[in-house]
Amino acid sequence: MKRLFPFLKPYRLQLTIGPFFKLSEAVLEILIPTFMAMLIDNGVNVGDRSYVIKMGIFMLIVATCGVIFALICQYSASIASQGFGTDVRRAMFKKIGTLSFSQIDKFGTPSLINRITGDVNQLQGAVAMLIRLVIRAPFLCVGGLVMAMSIDLKLSIIFMIVIPLFVLVLFLVMFKAVPLYKSVQTKLDRLTLVLRENLSGVRVIRAFAGTGRERRRFDDKNDEYARVAIRVGRIAALTNPLTTIIMNLAAIAVIYFGGLRVYSGNLTQGEVIAFINYITQILNAMIVLANLVVLYTKAYASALRVSEVLAEEPDIKYGDKEFNEQSNAAVEFRNVSLTYGGSGAPAIENINLTVHRGETLGIIGGTGSGKTTLVSLIPRFYDATEGEVLLGGVNIKEISESELRKNVAIVQQRANLFSGTIADNLRMAKADASEGEMRSAADTAQASEFVNRLGKGFDTHVSQSGNNLSGGQKQRLTIARALMKNSPILILDDSASALDYATDASLRRAIKENTESKTVIIVSQRVNSVKNSDRIVVMDDGVIVGVGTHSELIKTCGIYREICVSQEQYGGDGDE
Amino acid sequence: MNKGVLKRLYRYIAGNKKYLYFVIISAVLANIFMLAAPYISGRAIDFIRGEGDVNFSMVIKISSVLLGVYVLNALFTWGMTVFTNHLSNRTIERMRSDAFKRLSRLPLSYFDNHSHGDIISRLTNDTDAVSDGLLQGITQLFAGLVTVVGSLAVMFSLDYKIALCVVAVTVLCVFVSRFIAVNSGKMFRMQAAVTGELNGYVSEIVGNMKVVKAFGYEERSGEAFGKINSRLYDCGQKAQFYSSLVNPTTRYINNLAYIGVGVLGGLAAIAGGLSVGIISSFLIYATQFARPINDMTSILTQLQSATAAAARIFALTDERPETDDSSRPELKLDGGEVVFDGVNFSYDKNRELIKNLNITAKKGQRVAIVGPTGAGKTTIVNLLMNFYGADKGAIIVDGQDIDSVTRDSLRKSFGMVLQDTWLFSGTVRENIAYGKADATDAEIEAAARAAEAHGFIKRLPQGYDTMITEDGGNLSSGQKQLLTIARAMLTDPEVLILDEATSNVDTMTERRIQRAFLKMMEGRTSFIIAHRLSTIREADLILVMDNGAIVEQGTHDELLAKNGFYAKLYNS
Repeated sequence: MKRLFPFLKPYRLQLTIGPFFKLSEAVLEILIPTFMAMLIDNGVNVGDRSYVIKMGIFMLIVATCGVIFALICQYSASIASQGFGTDVRRAMFKKIGTLSFSQIDKFGTPSLINRITGDVNQLQGAVAMLIRLVIRAPFLCVGGLVMAMSIDLKLSIIFMIVIPLFVLVLFLVMFKAVPLYKSVQTKLDRLTLVLRENLSGVRVIRAFAGTGRERRRFDDKNDEYARVAIRVGRIAALTNPLTTIIMNLAAIAVIYFGGLRVYSGNLTQGEVIAFINYITQILNAMIVLANLVVLYTKAYASALRVSEVLAEEPDIKYGDKEFNEQSNAAVEFRNVSLTYGGSGAPAIENINLTVHRGETLGIIGGTGSGKTTLVSLIPRFYDATEGEVLLGGVNIKEISESELRKNVAIVQQRANLFSGTIADNLRMAKADASEGEMRSAADTAQASEFVNRLGKGFDTHVSQSGNNLSGGQKQRLTIARALMKNSPILILDDSASALDYATDASLRRAIKENTESKTVIIVSQRVNSVKNSDRIVVMDDGVIVGVGTHSELIKTCGIYREICVSQEQYGGDGDE
Repeated sequence: MNKGVLKRLYRYIAGNKKYLYFVIISAVLANIFMLAAPYISGRAIDFIRGEGDVNFSMVIKISSVLLGVYVLNALFTWGMTVFTNHLSNRTIERMRSDAFKRLSRLPLSYFDNHSHGDIISRLTNDTDAVSDGLLQGITQLFAGLVTVVGSLAVMFSLDYKIALCVVAVTVLCVFVSRFIAVNSGKMFRMQAAVTGELNGYVSEIVGNMKVVKAFGYEERSGEAFGKINSRLYDCGQKAQFYSSLVNPTTRYINNLAYIGVGVLGGLAAIAGGLSVGIISSFLIYATQFARPINDMTSILTQLQSATAAAARIFALTDERPETDDSSRPELKLDGGEVVFDGVNFSYDKNRELIKNLNITAKKGQRVAIVGPTGAGKTTIVNLLMNFYGADKGAIIVDGQDIDSVTRDSLRKSFGMVLQDTWLFSGTVRENIAYGKADATDAEIEAAARAAEAHGFIKRLPQGYDTMITEDGGNLSSGQKQLLTIARAMLTDPEVLILDEATSNVDTMTERRIQRAFLKMMEGRTSFIIAHRLSTIREADLILVMDNGAIVEQGTHDELLAKNGFYAKLYNS
């Protein structure tokens, strides 16, 4: 929470002016029924026409001042709340950019998106209400009470009965309805789940002639949802009639007891009318207060979720050393282990490995064997929990961020492209890259052929996450993008899995030709993709079980042999 | 607002006629009582004239009438809300159910060509908009009408001059609130659009943070974000300001009416035509009269968005379903011979894909479909399962044209295991028995054993009763694949359609899947989207696909001898 208050600071002016003017408006509004009572008692009942007109003009001025004050307040509120929201969003976005991946994983991407839009929206609303209502509503309540009491203290005893009753009703309804609202949401989620399953599984459902059953499943969930929604509605429907009837009973009480007070000469007729006005005013203000309580409970939860992001300290710190390009060991792992947050078993354990400069290193192993984890330590997507990683002989934690980014290029298994043109995507690495540079990177990545076939070549538009391209096309573009960086260390993390064997083979050939002096690390599940590497690392269950060339490993490493056998026996190696 | 849409909506609402009548009656009565109350309370105040001049018997009499009126008002207000709620929820329940029913009869092309998010939104967000907007809007409109007409009538009967003054002020109010609504509506739409844009940008950047970091793209993305963010500020601030104008200006105009009534009424009272009690009632009617008119713009927008939402739902319900096949006979299998006889097919009329395709897969034969990624190998699956119909020619299974038998019987006789493993949320048992709801536990276990899935299922926390979360999130992709194989095994189909692609599966599981596939194919006619050389080499027929079309067909040796596309693919 503390983290959010500084964001309000630039809006100190609005935060003072807004409530001040709103309060002034409320004062004027409270006075109007009293002026009306005066108009009736001193003007109408006495028969003084000029007093009635004078009072009317006076009230007109008061009301006009009131609306001007209110507009000033609303304007301040809109500036402060939206400005606050914009600042918070900017700060959150910036903060997310500095977090490590284990931290981003901890929150989860959808949750971060919700926080930056939905939660900030809630807070914006809360700030606006802070200015517009938080002072006004209680003031109208208390002010109305004070005015009523000043008219007739004894008659005000009615409030002592009505107000607690009113609060009790509001409280009970909220207490009953709020948990039910949650279950409405759950039922809706279940309904949506069935719907989503039916859309994604339409082929299977039809293949098994399951449409009838799915319809029944949907109708069940549909009915459950309607039932709960109706139940909530029934309870929520009580609020309005109950509060109104309390208000109206109070008005009847005022008429009766007010009559007694008028009879004994303690009250005038006009004052009875004013008194009824105040009752309505007070109880209306209390309904606003009740809504404010709901709004602020929601806003409080949002505030916590936003603060959580802002309070997160990036757990990766960079040094200021440079990468030594001349070092013989491009990458070195010394006793490295990594355990992901929240899981007990280490993902990789006690890794000792040196990747030499200019070497092509293959890494092979089954799913979950730790290949990807191992290479994601090199761009510092994650930090080792034990041991150390050296880049060009320097501890990776001491290297500056820009040096690290400049010298390590990685292509991930999932091909991530951004909306924009193909050129925009390739220029991510180098904003001013020439067409020629892009062309040669695309050539190496075997992407030129299909890029040329697309209507606009490099200017072809890529839709969000590259949905208008096939998996293989996306992978080739991400490889081209990484090649654009021309980094001395290139990591291909299973990034050719969607390519057919022919394209995969020519890709590997081209990379080999174009990256002579580079250190290349190829992660794959296919023997073919790694067998021509200078050395191959075999991983299983988080540890290295063999290092050597293809022919060495065939002789010495049981697991490698098993992988080879399984892939050869069941085909798959078109290279032979 | 579209008349046709309104008519159809009315038919849905009227399906619950009893509740509709309740709603209307409650709305009218509640508002009549609400209107009567100020008049009655004004009469009561008239009997409280001053010191020593209060007619208590009349005050008590009128007060008890007032009490009755208030109680009845509360009762009918409650009834109106409850009935509306019931009516609206049941109405949209039926709309959703009908839409879903239609969905389950639509051809596959609909699902392939429409965003799933959009379909879901129609059945959830849009139905909610109908319930919120239309039904609430209608009750408000109805209640408002009663209030406006009623209070107008009372005011004119009390004093037409003051009534005219109130009407004049209210007309002013209509103009002002119209102005505000138009402006804030515009800004809100803009704000929603920019929020969507911001959402998309954040999800793209945060979702791909590894790439952003790897390329040092943070600063540039921060700038782009900042631009969207400040646009959001601009329209957000305006939307907020305009919309917050409604309350103060309405209050102001109401005050104007209030003051006008006070002054004019006061002067009239001095002249001797009006009692103070009537002025008091007048004050209340003036405010009541203005309220529904103030709300009119927002009610109209609500109604508009509700009809727009309803139109989207009806558009789905109106999609053309697959032709009715209930009168056709069921497919009778006899060994499973499949013949493609001169089949033409294309998804897009402008781009010809398959032309004059002739294949004969005899009983027990294997047909391998090969080709590079994205060559359109699933097209053959779509045709075989009659997910898409051939444009010309026929597909004949054991002598029966697949268009002359029921689709369900055709699909049920084919066992299909695709790379895209679909499981629904339910237990492992339910998922395996998906194609045969009456399977015994022994049959299910036998199928799981045959698919080599029994071992891992037994190790799951609740064995066969383990719940599978949405999309099988708690299973590995290999395990999911094995379950889908078991599911296909259980139905004991005579024709198989298999996709060999098993990406992201470790070698041990891959071997297991492969063994299960081989076991399945024994003695069955099979169509295999093949990725393994052994499968391809041993196939009785190879279909080579490229760019969506079949470019070559034949056996392995024939195709190699041809030295065409296949040979190039094979020798790469």
